[in-house]
Amino acid sequence: MVPDINPFVLFFASIFTSNILLANFLGMCSFISISKDMKSANGLGLAVTVVLALTSMLNWVVLKYVLVPLNLLYLRYIIFIIVIAATVQVLEMVIDRVSPALYMALGIFLPLITVNCAILGVALFMQIRNYNFIQTVLFATGSGLGWWLAILALAAIQKKLLKAPVPAGLKGPGITLITIGFMAMAFIGFSGMLSVQ
Amino acid sequence: MVDTPAKILKENVWYSNPVFIQILGICSTLAVTNNLMNTVIMTVGLMFVTGFTNVTVSLLKTLIPRKVRMIVQTLIIAFYVIIVDILLRAYLPDVSKALGPYVGLIITNCIIMGRAEAFAQSNGPLLSFWDGITSGLGYMWVLMIIAFIRELLGFGTLFGFPVLPAGMTHWTIMVMAPSAFFLLGTFIWVAKSIMLKAEGGK
Repeated sequence: MVPDINPFVLFFASIFTSNILLANFLGMCSFISISKDMKSANGLGLAVTVVLALTSMLNWVVLKYVLVPLNLLYLRYIIFIIVIAATVQVLEMVIDRVSPALYMALGIFLPLITVNCAILGVALFMQIRNYNFIQTVLFATGSGLGWWLAILALAAIQKKLLKAPVPAGLKGPGITLITIGFMAMAFIGFSGMLSVQ
Repeated sequence: MVDTPAKILKENVWYSNPVFIQILGICSTLAVTNNLMNTVIMTVGLMFVTGFTNVTVSLLKTLIPRKVRMIVQTLIIAFYVIIVDILLRAYLPDVSKALGPYVGLIITNCIIMGRAEAFAQSNGPLLSFWDGITSGLGYMWVLMIIAFIRELLGFGTLFGFPVLPAGMTHWTIMVMAPSAFFLLGTFIWVAKSIMLKAEGGK
């Protein structure tokens, strides 16, 4: 049942060749609205990576030891979402206690993450593709890093775009989407390197 | 301010279209637009979920404590998504397989949450239902156009039927991810330009 893929190959594949954002279109909403400056892009990228790694582990455990044995697979959407929301909430409180400075940097992004499709998407991919625990962790972490890389790159491009003469109708989201399109094309270039799935 | 059904329709389908004006909910669905059939199923599913979530939220709005309303709304959405998922798996197993995780991802589609929050919280159930359906419609026609172009050029088919002559070279790029971004970007450009022109003409 478990696919025979080296977890490390999966890790690199999820960063480059099947980037969660550029190949699977997940996490677009916050991606477009936050990618205006480097600093918040960085904060959000870090937050997404941490939450992805944590929730995917929890979701894997819940899936394997609760949902499958009890034959409640059809409840997975609700359960996954609850796990994600709860993790984000707890993480927010812990960060607030432990490091107020980090909270200032990440705090505002955490609630946004609950509705980030990338988090739920990774949980669902992990379930559909039957990954084992190690594969899940590396896949999730890789996806988070890939998302982070993509949002940083886009924020950097957006900075240059400010000075470019863009047609009135294309300003804003239009040009952002076309930029993402070019980035996606560039990432397709990696696809000869590894092929997974 | 009274919203009439006709006005809601116009707003949701064109003036504040969820896709090209509010840029909501593109996450889960750009991925399914390389095939018209999948797009239709996906958008109908979304329409169903948005409509019924709006009704439910509107009926329960006085019962839900403000502080936890986000999570309650999410659970309501998840409930309807599960119904869609089960229906798809029972009646259209092939489509369900092809859509994969994207059916579940309707939950995090920002359009639904956005409409529940912005409209259903402050309006009656019937109007809310109408608002949900029309938002779904606004979403549907944009995605249909994108899917039409992608399937026609990428596979030379429409709804699976071959349309273009067999000798035509398929544009592989249309099947892959970048084309979805380019097409949506171009679509936004065209729609915005038309709107800017209409404003300038006044």
